[in-house]
Amino acid sequence: MTTTAQYNFAYLDEQTKRMIRRAILKAIAIPGYQVPFSSREMPMPYGWGTGGVQVTASIIGPDDVLKVIDQGADDTTNAVSIRAFFAKVAQVQTTTRTAEATIIQTRHRIPERALQAGQILVYQVPIPEPLRFLEPRETETRKMHALEEYGLMHVKLYEDIARHGRIATTYAYPVKVEGRYVMDPSPTPKFDNPKMHMSEALQLFGAGREHRIYAVPPHTEVVSLDFEDHPFEIQHFEQPCALCGAEQVYLDEVILDDAGGHMFVCSDTDNCEERRNAGFVGSLGVQEAAE
Amino acid sequence: MSTEPLLRVENLTKYYGTRLGCADVSFELWPGEVLAIVGESGSGKTTLLNSLSATLEPNSGHTLYRMRDEQWRNIYDLSEAERRFLVRTDWGFVHQNPADGLRMTVSAGANVGERLMAVGDRHYGHIRDTALDWLGRVEIAADRIDDQPRSFSGGMRQRLQIARNLVAGPRLVFMDEPTGGLDVSVQARLLDLLRGLVGELGLAAIVVTHDLAVARLLSHRMMVMKDGRVIEAGLTDRVLDDPREPYTQLLVSSILQV
Repeated sequence: MTTTAQYNFAYLDEQTKRMIRRAILKAIAIPGYQVPFSSREMPMPYGWGTGGVQVTASIIGPDDVLKVIDQGADDTTNAVSIRAFFAKVAQVQTTTRTAEATIIQTRHRIPERALQAGQILVYQVPIPEPLRFLEPRETETRKMHALEEYGLMHVKLYEDIARHGRIATTYAYPVKVEGRYVMDPSPTPKFDNPKMHMSEALQLFGAGREHRIYAVPPHTEVVSLDFEDHPFEIQHFEQPCALCGAEQVYLDEVILDDAGGHMFVCSDTDNCEERRNAGFVGSLGVQEAAE
Repeated sequence: MSTEPLLRVENLTKYYGTRLGCADVSFELWPGEVLAIVGESGSGKTTLLNSLSATLEPNSGHTLYRMRDEQWRNIYDLSEAERRFLVRTDWGFVHQNPADGLRMTVSAGANVGERLMAVGDRHYGHIRDTALDWLGRVEIAADRIDDQPRSFSGGMRQRLQIARNLVAGPRLVFMDEPTGGLDVSVQARLLDLLRGLVGELGLAAIVVTHDLAVARLLSHRMMVMKDGRVIEAGLTDRVLDDPREPYTQLLVSSILQV
């Protein structure tokens, strides 16, 4: 007898999962629209991914393979605990390999490896409303979505250019989904925005504290907002990953010592590891031991 | 001037519960015409203005507006989407307190540009040039374009609010005490500016004020309100120089002479 016997499969009771699945279905039917749902208390604090965990708990089945990433990494606290949580309450197989996973719960990154049909990406979302910091009233933002009044979103981008000479928003960069709803892609770097466009995988977004679920179905148009004379651009890095030499990937800066030493490494740890196993070496990397 | 009015108001009545806001107001407004609504506090001026601008829904009566496609529409029958579109393209609303009409936390340029972006302008350079042009027209120095209105004086804020409203080329502007709270020299400049802009752009405007001097300077026609009803209406000079109603006579004679 295990100690988890008193829990239902995947922690949530079946009625709750049913309620959340309904919200998910509605969200898929109206891409980019924020569907309210009755968010539950989870055994973790708000801000640790309660929305994403509820979505994952509602869609996961015994045959699923779960991967959890936090800022691209599989081995940080949040990722490790959520993975352990589902291994315990749903007895599912977990992995760190993007290619092997059927469900990937993520905080703030989209894996570098292109997702495939059949995979589901679950985002943890802190603030689902892209207009929130411009318009504090929920009644008003809902009306703005309903009437497609998105001029205000461009006011924010205008402010960026006026102040910094370019669009300085680097994460949670607003997108328009299927030509209709403006959506906050959660605090992923804007580097990842193009990956959302026409993705093969289903993308689900859960905001636990804010009680909202939204979705981008596969093969959906996701366009980052911009100005004609200041088009959307992703971040560019001057050097490749110091460990695996990868280019065209999102890099994290890692401080090496207290004398200003630092290196840029892949934020997607799985991608980096795979490349190193395949024999790629960066400027600070070491050749993997021959097998 | 066009041969057809822009706005036709018929028997507009608004009650707050059992208390009267304004009653039985009817008038027509022609393109390019400035109408002043004067009266003391509590006489129903602002209620009338809010009803006309579809901020409040009146208990009875109609406000018919000639849209750009020459169709007459009752503004209370418009869907919310149509009404909001009308409000941000064809109309302007200048509030007494500029903070009500401005976004205080975004720059002056963005304040002016917001309406352009709302109707689909997606060219930063164009938006910025238009904003600069409008700041110039309302006598705000070009180097303040990236400052927030919080750092502006009262008079500058009011001028910025006017630029923000006029940038999209409205045909009708509502103004609620546009010079309230400003000192007299600033008032004079603002009035001068408003009069110039209204004349230059051929705007129709409805100005609510308790200040007869504002009415005299800006408006072609005026309506005097008392206890929610219009008691006298006519050409501004006629009403002010030859008031007929005892109340209007009282109002005119109570202007301080320096």
